Formats: sequence, structure tokens, C-alpha cells
Amino acid sequence: MSAVLPVHAGASTRTAIVDPVLRVEGLRKRYGAQEVVRGLSFEIRRGECYGLLGPNGAGKTTTLRCCLGLIEPNAGTIELVGEPVPRAAREARIRVGVVPQMDNLDPDFTVVENLNVYGRYFAIPEATLRERIPRLLEFAGLGAKGKQSLRSLSGGMKRRLTLARALINDPDLLILDEPTTGLDPQARHLIWDGLRSLLSQGKTILLTTHFMDEAERLATRLGVLDHGTLIASDTPRALIAAHVEPEVVEVYGDEAKVWAEAHGRRIAKRLELAGETAFCYAHDPKPLLDDLATRAGVRYLHRPANLEDLFIKLTGRDLRD
Amino acid sequence: MNATTVLRFPSFSLRFLPVWRRNLLVWRKLALASILGNIAEPLLYMLALGYGIGALVGEIGGMPYVAFIGTGMVCQSAMFTASFEGMYSAFSRMHVQRTWEAIINAPVALDDVVLAEWMWCATKALMSTIAILIVLVCIGFGHTPLALWILPLGFLVGLTFGAFGLVMNALAPGYDFFTYFFTLVLTPQLLMSGVYFPVDQMPAWLQIAANALPLKHAIDLARPLMLGRVPDAILLHIVVLAAYAIAAYWLATVLTRRRLLK
Repeated sequence: MSAVLPVHAGASTRTAIVDPVLRVEGLRKRYGAQEVVRGLSFEIRRGECYGLLGPNGAGKTTTLRCCLGLIEPNAGTIELVGEPVPRAAREARIRVGVVPQMDNLDPDFTVVENLNVYGRYFAIPEATLRERIPRLLEFAGLGAKGKQSLRSLSGGMKRRLTLARALINDPDLLILDEPTTGLDPQARHLIWDGLRSLLSQGKTILLTTHFMDEAERLATRLGVLDHGTLIASDTPRALIAAHVEPEVVEVYGDEAKVWAEAHGRRIAKRLELAGETAFCYAHDPKPLLDDLATRAGVRYLHRPANLEDLFIKLTGRDLRD
Repeated sequence: MNATTVLRFPSFSLRFLPVWRRNLLVWRKLALASILGNIAEPLLYMLALGYGIGALVGEIGGMPYVAFIGTGMVCQSAMFTASFEGMYSAFSRMHVQRTWEAIINAPVALDDVVLAEWMWCATKALMSTIAILIVLVCIGFGHTPLALWILPLGFLVGLTFGAFGLVMNALAPGYDFFTYFFTLVLTPQLLMSGVYFPVDQMPAWLQIAANALPLKHAIDLARPLMLGRVPDAILLHIVVLAAYAIAAYWLATVLTRRRLLK
């Protein structure tokens, strides 16, 4: 994707961008007897990428929908780009761009027509659209594909088009719900490049994701959501330093489990068994590595702690249905 | 959402226009196929039954049978086109393509989307009304300025049945659900509203029951207009169609809010 941000024309006539761009306080949402969001508070400052992580059922999508004013919360206040939501939700959405989890492009239209039609929902003048769309296509790496129908686009291209579409109104805040789910590695990197270039030009992003590498690469700050509340919120490095031991040794092989029970638990600061793999957490990996070097029937991998370790430590290894 | 917000009367705003326009732009790409699809069947019925049965029965309701059934077909076509648009097409947009979700992420409210779809159903009904009226005029009927009133009538019928269709759409788990509507709502009206034969041929109790059917009221307006006569009880017929239309539109909006805004 091009490093050139698509839109500056017209930006000078706009009022200054509010900071914080999104402020959520005490958000509560209940469905029947079940409280899905319980007293959630966070804010997103201008120019940062805020990552919202959480297992299934944590309340991420409900939170996003509340922030956009599509559903009404039971309690709490939301201020999106300076507007109270849901009271002035539509006014807020004029300056917000959304990339949804599942594509909802118009299959009957070409690439350019998709952007044109969407731009009209924002009452953007035709002249502005004519000037803006080619630059958006360039940014999305779809410059040559303007007149093509959607059928000829790959999954990655469609996602890039959705990202371009979310920028049609030059939004103050870009909200992405699991943007690279289902994409191959090349496509994912293209999307990340695009998002990084948006960030470097001052855009603000709210991102939900399951992918730890994505969160690690993009997020300025992270919020870990579970059972409707934030159980941790800070920069990725700070979170890992606060909650997880810095070194991890993963042990596999036929003898891994036996080794773990007999020796691993003794040597490592913390050990967890997941199926046939033992995860050993420690501040100093040397005793572990020395011991493992002498064992047969095990293979091992030594790496620094990452967000996945943090996530699993905070939310557990059980499946959430 | 709390109960009062869900149940409130739909709000009106010109923001529905870009959504209506979007549907028009899609239609333009498929215009020929769409028009043919909407009017082929009514035309075939009109010409085949009109001339075929017409040769056996002569004049009915003061006009040759082909004109009698033709006028019925104008209304029937508006009914089917609008119903189909409000059910199958709307469902494709709402559920399969998720177009409505995309639109409400923009500063367009769900009420605006439902309004746009409602207006679009009526627009399509108007298109098929025009097409069949042209055919009727070409074969020699409706050569009277009053016949032009059939166009706004077609739009009104489109509003009524488009709204019914949108109610079904809001409730549908899948496309198959719409079969109920054909069997329980459309076909009975087709057979009892005077499309193929005059209502007074039916037993008395059925004639009274037929007054509840919006299509019958449309036909009671269309046939006199076709003959160049001012219909009786114009206000009554219009009020019945409009009342059904507005009530169904309200219900469709409430049900769509319940379905999508949670």
C-alpha cells in the first residue's frame, strides 16, 4: 500500500480534532439476565492505536457497537470525536470510519462505484469524491483496478478496498474489527503497512483483534477485555513486564510431559501444560536450557515473552464458546 | 434498546435519498432483465387469458376481457414487484450482503435505510405499472387522461405491499420463509380481489371479506380509471391502501430495529 495518505484537501476547513478521540466511562450493557459489558472505562488519545483484545464473548463487538451508537447501553457515558453517543451518534459517525469484521461491500458495483456510493452517505460533494477516490485507490494498492467488478478481487484486495472505503470521509477515528482475519500473510502485511502509514500521519485507530502479532506490531496501548471489564490496560511492553516472566521456553516431544512433571516444575518459575507442550516461564532461562540439553525425547524453543503469553496468562487457556 | 425507542414512529429525513439512489444505480446495471422479469408474467397472462378466455366470455365489467384482466394485471404486477423487492431483494441486501450494516456505520440511521427501501419498492412497482400500462395503451385501451392516475395508484400499491414485504424481511430467517407470504397473502388476494373475475361473482360473505384486501381497493380504483370514469368512494380506497401501507411500514421499522440494533 502506498505510504501517501490520501486526503488533505478540505481538512483545513474542518474544526480541530478532539482529544481524547474516544472516551468511554462506566459502560454497561445487559442482554436479558446476562451483563455483557460491566463498567468498562477507557479512552483513546489522538494519534495512537488502541488495541482491544479479548476472548470470544468478552464484549468487544458489543463495546464497538455501543461506541458507534448502534445499540443503547444500560449505563455509562460515551464521547466519540467529541459528540455524546448515542444522542449525537450520527453526527459522530460523520468523522468516523469503520472496517467491519466481515466484508459488506456492494458486489454489484465496481471498485470506484463502491467508493462513490459510500461517499454519498456522508453527503460528500461529488467534486471532492472525484478528487479523493483516485488517491484512496492508490493508497490501497488498487490504483489500476478502479473499473473492475468486485468478483475479480481477492480477499485481501477486498479488505484493502474496505479500508479505503472507511477513509472516504477522512475520519478522525478509524475503527477496525479484526481486520486481517482470514487473510494470507502477504495481505496481512499490506494492511499493516497501510495502518502504520495512517498512524504516522496522525490518524487515530481503535483495533480489536485476536492476533497477538498484529497487536504487538500496531498497538500503542492495549486493553485486555474479559467478561465485560478491562483486566489490563497499558503499552504492550509494560503489560508483558508487569504480568509475565520475560523468558519463555517451550518444550515438545514424547518426553515433554514426563520431563515437565519430574524436572520442569522444579526449575522454571512457572510452568503450564497445554496438551503435549510445556510452557516454562522464567527470568533466567539458563538453568532450564542446561537441563533440557541433557534430556532425550524433548525438543525445545527459547524465546522472549510475547502478547500471547500475556493474553493466556490473563484470560486462561479454556475455550470460550 | 428500551421499549419506547424501539416502538417509536419512524423518523423521516432526506438522508434516505443516497440509499434509494444506490438501489437505482444497481437496478440500472440490470435494468432490462429486471423489467422483463417484472412484467413478462403479467403480460403473458393478460394476453393469453385475455384473448383466450375473452373469446369465450365477451365483455366483463363493461370492457373486453383482455382489458378487464389487463387492468387487474397492472395492480397485480405492482403488488408482486413491490412484495418481491421488499422480501427477496431486501433480504439479500440486509442479510446476505450486509449492505444495511455498512450503511448504518455511516451517518445514516436505520430508519433512513428502511424508508429508502420502502420508497424503492414503490418505485419498482411504479416502473412495472408504467410498463404494463404502455402495453394496454398499445393494444387499444386506456386512451383517456384519467388512466394516468393509475401511475400514482401503482406507486401507492407499491408502498402497501413493499411495506408488507419489509415486515416479512425483518422476520425472515432465510429465503424460504417468504413462501408463506405468497401462499397466505398474495395468492388469496389475487383470487379474491377481482383480478380475474368480478368480485360480485363470489358468495356474499366472501365479497364482504374481500373488502379487507388492499388489492381489491386498488382494483376498484383502477378499472373505472381505465374506462375513463371517476371511481366511486375514492377516499375510502385510498385511505385503506394508505392505512395498510403506513401501519406495515411502522411495523417493519420496529421489527428491523429489533433485528439489527442489538
